[in-house]
Amino acid sequence: MFEGFDAVVLARAQFAFTMSFHIIFPAFSIGLASYLAVLEALWLWTGREVFINLFNYWLKIFAVAFGMGVVSGIVMSYQFGTNWSAFSDKVGPVIGPLMAYEVLTAFFLEAGFLGVMLFGLKRVGPRLHFLATLMVAIGTLISAFWILSANSWMQTPTGHTVNADGQFIAADWLKVIFNPSFPYRLVHMVLAAYLTTALVVGAVGAWHLLRDRHLAGARVMFSMAMWMATLVAPIQILAGDQHGLNTLEHQPVKIMAMEGHFQSHKDGAPLILFGLPNQQAARVDYAIEVPRLGSVILKHSPDAPMAGLDTVPRENWPPVAIAFWSFRIMVGMGLLMLALGLFSLLMRFQGKLYDSRLLHMFAVAMAPAGFIAVLAGWITTEVGRQPFTVYGLLRTVDSASPLAAPAVGSSLLAFIIVYFIVFAAGVIYLLRLMAAPPHPGEEGPSHETPIRSAGITPATQGARP
Amino acid sequence: MSIAVDLATVWAFIIAFAVFVYVVMDGFDLGLGILFPLFPEKRDRDVIMNSVAPVWDGNETWLVLGGGGLMAAFPLAYAVLMPALYTPMIAMLLGLVFRGVAFEFRWRTTKARNKWDIAFFGGSLLATLAQGIALGAILQGVHVEGRHYAGGWWDWLTPFSILTGVSLVIGYALLGATWLVMKTEGELRDRAYHLSWIFLLAMLGAIGAVSIATPFLHVQYTHRWFAWPNVLLTAQVPISVAVITALLLRSLAKKLDYQPFFLALALFALSYAGLGISMYPYIVPQSITIWQAAAPENSQLFMLVGVAGLIPLILAYTAWAYWVFRGKVRPESGYH
Repeated sequence: MFEGFDAVVLARAQFAFTMSFHIIFPAFSIGLASYLAVLEALWLWTGREVFINLFNYWLKIFAVAFGMGVVSGIVMSYQFGTNWSAFSDKVGPVIGPLMAYEVLTAFFLEAGFLGVMLFGLKRVGPRLHFLATLMVAIGTLISAFWILSANSWMQTPTGHTVNADGQFIAADWLKVIFNPSFPYRLVHMVLAAYLTTALVVGAVGAWHLLRDRHLAGARVMFSMAMWMATLVAPIQILAGDQHGLNTLEHQPVKIMAMEGHFQSHKDGAPLILFGLPNQQAARVDYAIEVPRLGSVILKHSPDAPMAGLDTVPRENWPPVAIAFWSFRIMVGMGLLMLALGLFSLLMRFQGKLYDSRLLHMFAVAMAPAGFIAVLAGWITTEVGRQPFTVYGLLRTVDSASPLAAPAVGSSLLAFIIVYFIVFAAGVIYLLRLMAAPPHPGEEGPSHETPIRSAGITPATQGARP
Repeated sequence: MSIAVDLATVWAFIIAFAVFVYVVMDGFDLGLGILFPLFPEKRDRDVIMNSVAPVWDGNETWLVLGGGGLMAAFPLAYAVLMPALYTPMIAMLLGLVFRGVAFEFRWRTTKARNKWDIAFFGGSLLATLAQGIALGAILQGVHVEGRHYAGGWWDWLTPFSILTGVSLVIGYALLGATWLVMKTEGELRDRAYHLSWIFLLAMLGAIGAVSIATPFLHVQYTHRWFAWPNVLLTAQVPISVAVITALLLRSLAKKLDYQPFFLALALFALSYAGLGISMYPYIVPQSITIWQAAAPENSQLFMLVGVAGLIPLILAYTAWAYWVFRGKVRPESGYH
């Protein structure tokens, strides 16, 4: 099996598959950890029971999602060695320390305080418990900081030299960490995580409001989530635009692929809305385009010239169709999120936030939008960097392990089978948790009370200070 | 043998430390998975799960530090060893996926709980076996050309690596059994005592078998262990093993609940030191030394700052988390 395949292509497929699986859990748990910290803070501040109920409700969901994030993350940390050993040898001295710092400053913090957060409320009391929740939330953000620094350095490498063995060496760590695209990427990703979580929380709230519009917990979570969508979706669009300008400056070829610009435009490039990029013929078939809008968006001037892929050697072209379409999917999701936010604002002002069935159905339908946008955005940026692992400096083909196709193919198959079993089960359990409405006296993260012995039977007593 | 203290040596000790902490921390919790079939009662299994659920995640993080640290501090070793150990590594990762999610999933279902119990056992066993096989494969050495692994993808599979794989399963089961002795009471604890005896005897056999086989793998190992005056130093290891074993047998006989676990850890520490003595200064035995594999000094220095400041802090809050959940786990104390 797999004899006819290219080992590097299989290794890329494996990375894309395991990474796509992994990224949705951190995207969710970064947002959820912060949400949990906010809920617990509100509970400590106001003493209102609805907040601790919501905290306990989302805590169980967080635990399942976090568990899946952890196990798929361990796979990622070893995959650099198994499938990309040449990359590890050459780039390890630069991105290895960034990832080691992620483990030291983030993973241990999250994992160390997670146990107390999940099970320790009665053992340590509300204040220390809140500290644990806060540490977990901060840990997820620190983790985002380091991993996006490492990824951004691969996109826009600075502050390094190359030694006699062909290894990259940091000449200036601050330049490596705070490389040119890092701030944009970090902001864009953290906002994406918050939006993703808000859409899930909003959808669960809306789902229960459709059944019982007086349910206190559902009203609170729905309202909080819609505020988030209203405020953050426009900010995210702005941040995305700034990130795009940064990419144009540092990775112009990626922008050409995202925009489908095979040809250069001397006086103003169009914005291609839709079309079928044809890499072979170097043109976009059936293109629907708005003249000059591309230059307006990217250079803020209708006549600004834009270089196209015809200025780049073909062997340095990324797969245009994938970058083109994934980018459009991401932007489309972002516009839908904006629409949801504005719609909810309108309903709020009309006093119909908890009564508009249309809004609630829209919110339910938007549950997966954040995940889709995160995946599409990630595909845009990673595929757009091809055919390089370190942009312009190290080719993907020169990064792979000296492995035969059957080895990589078999492990890919094993990951697909195992992940689908685990993923399917995990999603079922998550949906089951979300299908139950948040109720007063929601079972708490207690180490003492006899609960859960029969699966998801709720406890008779909630955790209160 | 003299150990020159330089950055690469410091880092070799740091990585060795991270891997050791992983082995003792995740070791007992993988051991619990291995023991699962011996406790068929649902009630017992709930207690076993509950005894580690608050801490297993932190335990496994040391594996990420070991792998990530190796890539950062010794990128060449990481780049050579991972493809050489391709199959056991993938098997370990898949095993860890199954057992990791079982911690949450088995509480979320009644119908499929048995399946997640099997996943917990199977995943723990597979991951342990793979780790032990990987250890054996490293000890026997791998084929290196230039900066790449150049062997076949079944080279890791030998009688010796199978021996180390099985030995680690026995060792983790001993850690798991003594952990249960410490954390449980009543009938469950009595069973754990019984299993501790069995796995202790098996572990002594395993230590003996691996010790006899290792020096014959390479002349260097023989030399390291038996040459004069090295033998004065290396002889301390088997002597200490004998002393610890005697203490462990006594603590089991006297039913001192807390001692067996820590003495079992001491046995692991000694075995681990023995491996270190055999390997030093090679990081890929017979091929690559720690100095050849070392990352450039500025990478190692940059990380050293973090390690020096953060590892003590990490150990402190990890200890606090264990302290919060100290004491015996009672059957009714589910927390999910």
